[in-house]
Amino acid sequence: MTRATTLLALGVLLAAILSVAAGKVWVPLDAWTAADPRSIIIVELRLPRTILALAVGAALGMSGAAMQGYLRNPLADPGLFGVSSGAAFGAVCSLYFGYAAQTWLLPGFALFGAAATMAALALIAGRSGSLILFTLAGMILTSITGSLTALALSLAPTPFAASEIMTWLMGALTDRSWNEVVVSVPLIVLGMAVLARTARSLDALTLGEQAARSMGVDPHRLQLAVIVGVALTVGASVAAAGVIGFVGLIVPHLVRPFAGHRPSATLLPAALGGALLLTVADSLVRLAPTVSELRLGIAMSMLGGPFFLYLLISMRRRLA
Amino acid sequence: MSVLAAEGISLVLGGKRVLESVDVVFSGGRVTALLGSNGAGKSSLLACLAGLHAPEAGRATLGGAEVRAMPAPARARRIGFLPQAADVHWNIDVATLVALGRLPWRGRWGETAADCAAAEAALAATGMTAFARRGVEHLSGGERARALLARVLAGEPEWLLADEPLASLDPAHQLEVGAQLRAVAAGGSGVVLVVHDLNLAARLADDVVLLRDGRVVAAGAAEDVLTAALVGATYGLTVETGVTATGQRYIVPVGRPG
Repeated sequence: MTRATTLLALGVLLAAILSVAAGKVWVPLDAWTAADPRSIIIVELRLPRTILALAVGAALGMSGAAMQGYLRNPLADPGLFGVSSGAAFGAVCSLYFGYAAQTWLLPGFALFGAAATMAALALIAGRSGSLILFTLAGMILTSITGSLTALALSLAPTPFAASEIMTWLMGALTDRSWNEVVVSVPLIVLGMAVLARTARSLDALTLGEQAARSMGVDPHRLQLAVIVGVALTVGASVAAAGVIGFVGLIVPHLVRPFAGHRPSATLLPAALGGALLLTVADSLVRLAPTVSELRLGIAMSMLGGPFFLYLLISMRRRLA
Repeated sequence: MSVLAAEGISLVLGGKRVLESVDVVFSGGRVTALLGSNGAGKSSLLACLAGLHAPEAGRATLGGAEVRAMPAPARARRIGFLPQAADVHWNIDVATLVALGRLPWRGRWGETAADCAAAEAALAATGMTAFARRGVEHLSGGERARALLARVLAGEPEWLLADEPLASLDPAHQLEVGAQLRAVAAGGSGVVLVVHDLNLAARLADDVVLLRDGRVVAAGAAEDVLTAALVGATYGLTVETGVTATGQRYIVPVGRPG
């Protein structure tokens, strides 16, 4: 583990402690014992929320780094891939039909949406292992599921359902419970393990597809591993927190100057960086002096949009 | 040293027949040049030898075993392949690039001392040690070609298959990288190159295979194959050959026959 990774891990730990303490009510460390009545805030609200912020951030950061390495494109994002909007459509369906009153149904639908999109992507991309086909298929699935989500929104049975869908789509970690933790975290961990196993193949891909194949990489197996890994991490993240964009795009860029440009070297730092970014951001939206809490998804987009623009401008300068 | 061989390889790519019953035996410790016009099937034959294409008929063998039937990591350790495209998709430094050549050898727990030693030897052999910390985006074309060659050499392959490794280099660098390839063969490995420059082939190659329309026109020792008649027939050109004052053979295409 490099020094940068160790520092990041330390930062994540500090952010986690801060996140448990921070909010409209500050809970000092000495009130975390069961004797104190405020400990219920810690155990039932802050702790699951912090764990979700850590897990979702790590999932998005790592899947972003894996996607950029796989597509060999620094502008790739796990959302490109259709899984995120597929999961969102699944969740919106459960809201549309009013099933969301059951705590397990919304994440269940979201995971089903992610799995269905993943299966469609794997079927379309087929055995070819082709990057262009894969990217286009991902984009088309994103567009189809996006339009279905818009359809559900426009046909929502009650204004209440419509507003519920709208709010959910913005992405947040507000009022999450241990239910979401139990559903999402194991899947995220599994997905990250799958992505970690692609590290060596992603490195070989740095030299192009033909060289990678000559070095023993099976492009079809690699593609399948990337699809399954991203579907598990991103699908479970959306199931828990809704759509939170830009983390997967930004974080790999932020860690690359310290971790190096080799794709495998960015996977773990990007996971830590994502966990750090999302945990800090989630603590800040809780602390922000707004009447109702600022949605985390919106906060990340407001941060991510300008960053993306900065990235494009600096790339343009380098290419010019 | 195992023998690398194409045994009756026929290959169809995108509906087009690119190789037709190609039989060639390559010897270790020698540099073999594959020559022929564009589309003659040189790169396809090289990729077949590396196990990257599934031929319609025939097979590539290494020491009698079919290359495509070998487990991928074992194949990658024995056959080093340098593709024509000089792609390096991230701005990694040269040392990291060269270390990628050790991936087929890498155990579960990362780099071993043997991996580091092989990478350093490859850097030294290509004269790239001084560039080890430089990002690939900041290399000249010649330096990049040498760094990519070092990547393959780091894998210590028995066979080095290189697709036009000299194409983008100026004459000085062509001679320099060419000398490195000859040194690899002198070390006992087999080297197979796709080359376009006839004079470079005459200078570097021990053996030459001439291809035309996916078929072998001639194969054998360079001095037997690089004749005006055979080279002329391969390219459909009138060719003059001769020897310079220093004993270097040269081949000059002078035009279409008739």
